[in-house]
Amino acid sequence: MKKVEGRSLKQIAWNRLKRDKVALAGGITVLVLVLVAVFAPLIVSVLGHPPNDFHQDKLDPLTNLPTGSLGGVSSDFLFGVEPNKGRDVFSRIVYGARISLLVAFLAAVVAVVLGTLFGIIAGYFGGWVDALISRVMDVLLSFPQLLFIISLVSVLPDDLLGLQGTSVRVAILILVIGFFGWPYVGRIVRGQTLSLREREYVEAARSLGGGRRHILFKELLPNLVAPITVYATLMIPTNILTEAALSFLGAGVKPPTASWGGMLRDALETYEHDPMFMVFPGVTIFITVLAFNLFGDGLRDALDPKGTR
Amino acid sequence: MPTVSSKRRLTAGAALVVAALVTTTACGGGDGDGDGDGKGAGYNAALNKVANPSKKAGGTLRMVGKQDLDSADPQRAYYGMSWDFMRFYTRQLVSYDTKAGKAGTKLVPDLAEANGKISDGGKTYTYTLRDGVTWEDGSPLTSKDVKYGIERIWATDTITGGPQYLMKALDPKGEYKGPYKDSSKDKLGLKAIETPDDKTIIFKLPKPNGDFEQFLAMPSGSPVKAAKDTKAKYTQRPFSAGPYKFSQYKPGKKIVLVRNDKWKKASDPIRAALPDKVDVTISANLEENDKRLMAGDYDVDLNGTGMTQSGRVTAIQDHRDSIDNMHTSFVRYVALIHTAKPFDNVHCRKAVFYGTDFAALQQTRGGKLAAGDIANSTFPKAIPGYSDYDPYGLLKREGKPDPAKAKDELKKCGKPDGFSAKITARNNNPGEEDTAEALQAQLKKVNINLSVETLDGADSSSITGSPSVVKKRGYSMQMSGWGPDFPSGQGYAQPLFDSRFLAETGNYNESQIKDKKIDGLFDQAIAETDPVKAGEIYKKLDKRILDQADWMPFLYEKNITWRGPRLTNAYMSDAFNGRYDYVSLGINEKK
Repeated sequence: MKKVEGRSLKQIAWNRLKRDKVALAGGITVLVLVLVAVFAPLIVSVLGHPPNDFHQDKLDPLTNLPTGSLGGVSSDFLFGVEPNKGRDVFSRIVYGARISLLVAFLAAVVAVVLGTLFGIIAGYFGGWVDALISRVMDVLLSFPQLLFIISLVSVLPDDLLGLQGTSVRVAILILVIGFFGWPYVGRIVRGQTLSLREREYVEAARSLGGGRRHILFKELLPNLVAPITVYATLMIPTNILTEAALSFLGAGVKPPTASWGGMLRDALETYEHDPMFMVFPGVTIFITVLAFNLFGDGLRDALDPKGTR
Repeated sequence: MPTVSSKRRLTAGAALVVAALVTTTACGGGDGDGDGDGKGAGYNAALNKVANPSKKAGGTLRMVGKQDLDSADPQRAYYGMSWDFMRFYTRQLVSYDTKAGKAGTKLVPDLAEANGKISDGGKTYTYTLRDGVTWEDGSPLTSKDVKYGIERIWATDTITGGPQYLMKALDPKGEYKGPYKDSSKDKLGLKAIETPDDKTIIFKLPKPNGDFEQFLAMPSGSPVKAAKDTKAKYTQRPFSAGPYKFSQYKPGKKIVLVRNDKWKKASDPIRAALPDKVDVTISANLEENDKRLMAGDYDVDLNGTGMTQSGRVTAIQDHRDSIDNMHTSFVRYVALIHTAKPFDNVHCRKAVFYGTDFAALQQTRGGKLAAGDIANSTFPKAIPGYSDYDPYGLLKREGKPDPAKAKDELKKCGKPDGFSAKITARNNNPGEEDTAEALQAQLKKVNINLSVETLDGADSSSITGSPSVVKKRGYSMQMSGWGPDFPSGQGYAQPLFDSRFLAETGNYNESQIKDKKIDGLFDQAIAETDPVKAGEIYKKLDKRILDQADWMPFLYEKNITWRGPRLTNAYMSDAFNGRYDYVSLGINEKK
C-alpha cells in the first residue's frame, strides 16, 4: 500500500507542470534562449562571425543583395548575410537575444517590484491610500506609452547616470517599460490582497498581535507569489514585443548593437528581393513570444488550486 | 475551461502571424514586370547623348514625385528639381543650353538676344530683349517685368526660400527694401538695375562677380508681371512666359500644365516644348512610385533622386533598357568639426582619412552604379576646381584604408590609443545611417570609436546647421551630402568652406573652417571673369582643404533613374545635377 503523504503546493504545481507537455516545451525553449543569450560570444565564435563585421564580398555588387539562395544561407553563414552591409544574420540574432531578453526580464522585475509594493499597500490599507494609488494606476494604464517612450528616448542625453552608449538606452528601455508595466501587476496584487486580508489566518495573525509589516510581508506576500510569478512570465513576452517595436521605430538600442526589432526595420527596405532577412528575426521573435506565453499559461494552470488538471 | 480556450486562441493567432509572414514574402516577387510592349532605348542611352531623339509634338508627359516643388514661385524655389521644372513656364535672360551632359551647363541667350555685354571692368552687364516675347495673356514682356521679378528677391519677409545671390551681388548693403515697400510710382526703385527702354536692361554691380550670369540664369532671375503679382500667393498660380501655363495646382497633390498658345516658338530657340500637357502627381510612397513607373503609369520621376533599392533591383534585373546611371554633381561627405577635440589637430583628421574604407562605404550605399564613384577631391567632377589630386593615396589603393598610416597620424596627434567621437546621420536620407555604421566599423579598427547619432533630416538646419547646438551635443563629425546651386566653384564650395559663411542657423560650413587663405582664394576666384583661370584658383583651394584634411568627401553620387519607354528627346543635363532636362522631353504615344 502506498504511503499517504502530505504534498506541498510547490510539489503539486511541479507535478502538474510536468504533465503539461506544451508548457514544458515552452519552458525548454525559454531555457535554450536564455542559454543562447548568456553564451552568445561563445556560440558566435564557433558558429558565426563577430556581429558587427562587414562581409560585403558576400553581396552582389550590382544589387547589394546577398549572393546565393535564401539570403546567402551557407555553412559559413547559417542565416545568411544582411543586404548592403553583409553582416552575419545568425550572429546578430544570437546577440539580439541578449538585448531582447535582458530588457524583457529586467523590465518585468521592475514592474513586479513596483506593482507588488503599491498593490499590496493599496489593497491592505484601503481608504484614501487605495484611492490615490488606484487613480495613479488608471492614469498610467491610459497613457500612450509607446509615444511617450519614443519622445523620451529622443530627448534624453547619451550620457546618463554614469552610463554611456548602448547601456544608457538599455537602462532607459528597462526603466520605462518596467514603469509602465507595474500597474498591471499592481491591480492583480491589490485585488488579491483585498480578498486575502479578510481571511481567517490574517485575522488570527492580527489578533495575536502581528504588526503591519509582519502581516504584509510574512502572511500576505507568500500567498501572492503564485499570481505574481504567473503574471511576470506572461509579461516578459509583452516586453519583448515592446522592445522590438521600439527598435523597429528607431527608439531602441543604438547601432551597431544588434536587436531583433532593428533587424526587421533594416529588412523592410529589401523585403521583396531578400525576404529571408525579414523571416529570420521575425520567426525568432515569434518563437520566443510563443514559448514564453505557452510556459506562462502552463504555469498558471499548474499553480491554480481550482484547476481541473 | 477558460485556460484552454485562451491557448487555442493563441495558437490560432500564431498561425495567422505565420500565414501573414508567408503571404508578404510570397507576393513580393511577381510585381513590376507588367509592361510587355514598351522597350527602353537602352541602358545609359540618355547619358551624354539623347535617347530617342524626336521632334514630334503631342501627348501627355506624366511625372510622379515623392515631394512637391518647394515653391512654384520662381523667386522662392530652391530645389534643383523645381528649377528644372520651371523652364516649362518661366524664362530668364540667359538659360542653360538644352544639350546633353556637360554641354548643358553652357549659358545661352533666352529672353535676351545675346549673352550679356560686359563692360566697366566686369561691373556692367547689358542685355537687349528678343522681339515677340510675351506673357500668357499675349501682352509683351518688357525689361521692366524682368527688373520687377528680380526686385521681388529683396522682399525677404514675403518672398522667402529662394536663393539671394542676385541681391548679394547687386545690393550687398541691402539698401533697397523690395517692391512692396517701394515708394516710387512704378515700384522700380532698385538703382542697380536700369531699364532705359522696354527692350534694354542694364545691371550695375558694385564689384565684379565672374558668376553673375549664372545668377541670372536661376529662376530667381525670371520676370514677373507686376499687375499679376499676388505676392506670397504667387506660388498658387504663377503667370507664364514659357510654353506652358498652369491649368491646375493642388500643392502636395497635383500639377497640370497645358500649352500656352501665346508662346511663339520663333521667340524661343531653347525650349522644345513637345508634349501638349504636363501632368504631375505627388505621392509620398517611393516604393509604390517606382512600381508604377515600371508599370508604365508614369514616365519620369520629378524629384530625380534615383530609385529605391527594391525598385532598383527589379529595374536592373528586368528593365535594363529603361534605366540610366545618372551622374550627379552631388558629393557625399563627412565634415570633421574643427571646434570639437581632437579634430582641432590636423593629424587626428588625417587619421580619419587613412582609416576610412572608401570602397566599403561605396558598397554600402549601393555599389558603383547606384552609389557613385569614390571621391578624391572636394569638388565634384563637373565643377571647375576638380582635379585628380590624391594626397592620401585613396585612388591608388582603390578606396581601401591604410591602417598603418592612420595609426601613425594618431601618434602624431598625441592620441596613440585612439579616441571617441560622435557622428551624425540623417534618417530621411536612404543609406546614410547604414553608411555611418559602416564608417563606425571601419574606424574601430584603428581605435577611433564612433557613436552614431541619428537625426531627423527635416530638422538638420537647426541641429547640424547650428554651431552652438553642435557644440552642446558634442558632435564631432557630420555625414551629409551637398550639390552646387549653380555649376561653378562659387556656387558649390563657398557655403561649405568660407569662414564668412559660418552662420548661427542654416550653416553649411559644418567643419567650421576658419582659414584666411581659403577665404582669400574665394575672393580671387570670384573676381576672375575667365572661368578657366577661376578654375585654376579653385584647384588651389581644393588642394589646401585636402592638405589640411578639413572636410572628407567620400562619394561622387550616382543614381539609377527610370526613363519611361514613352519618353523621347531624353538626356541628362549637368546643369540640373544630372536630372533629365524636363523642358526637352517628348512623348511617343505609340508605346
